[in-house]
Amino acid sequence: MMIDIIIGALATFGALFVLLAAVGLIRMPDTYLRISVTTKAATLGVGLVLMATTVYFSNADVTSQAFVIILFIFLTAPVSAHLIGRASYFIGIKLWDKSVMDELRGKYQKNTHVLKSIVDDTPEDNIDHTRDEEEEEKTES
Amino acid sequence: MTLFDYLYYIILPVLVISAVLIFWRFLKGPSIADKIISLDLLITTGIGIIAVYSIIYNHSTLMDTALILALIAFLSTVALSYYLEKRRRK
Repeated sequence: MMIDIIIGALATFGALFVLLAAVGLIRMPDTYLRISVTTKAATLGVGLVLMATTVYFSNADVTSQAFVIILFIFLTAPVSAHLIGRASYFIGIKLWDKSVMDELRGKYQKNTHVLKSIVDDTPEDNIDHTRDEEEEEKTES
Repeated sequence: MTLFDYLYYIILPVLVISAVLIFWRFLKGPSIADKIISLDLLITTGIGIIAVYSIIYNHSTLMDTALILALIAFLSTVALSYYLEKRRRK
């Protein structure tokens, strides 16, 4: 039947995107890249599976409830990704060593947690992951 | 093959395999931020599994649980990252 095919296709694509998010979480080399995987692929996958439930039940209660869940996930995934990315930058998690550039280098203040748009002349208060690596190399050698 | 067989024998195993992969990252995760991310993604995958279960068993009330899980996932991520950020502030 037609409606079964629609439900099956939506659930298939949803499960596929969730599987891709899981594989990305395993394979990505960096915490920040893993954050980007969880906010995009998994959100889309779960949204598609919930759309399949709305097509199956086709009743106002389930449809409104599923749309509330989809809206809530779409609203909260970027917020939680930003919060966890900010926290992991502050606690000193390094970027991937093949990363091209770090635009936040030296702009977050270590004690006040303020983000400045220019690198000011208080280097002991700026968070700079590359400088931390150089200091580690000095202490090791 | 009916829709329910397809959902039960193909879609649910795919979702469970992805949950196992995410749980492996949760156990392995080099930093604590990785563990928080994988917990968040594990709960999100759980919402998908609950949605598929509600189709298979024809119970629309299971969607209430999915809504509550979505709320709890956001709350736990916000709380954990808040304390992670506060931990070393002087």
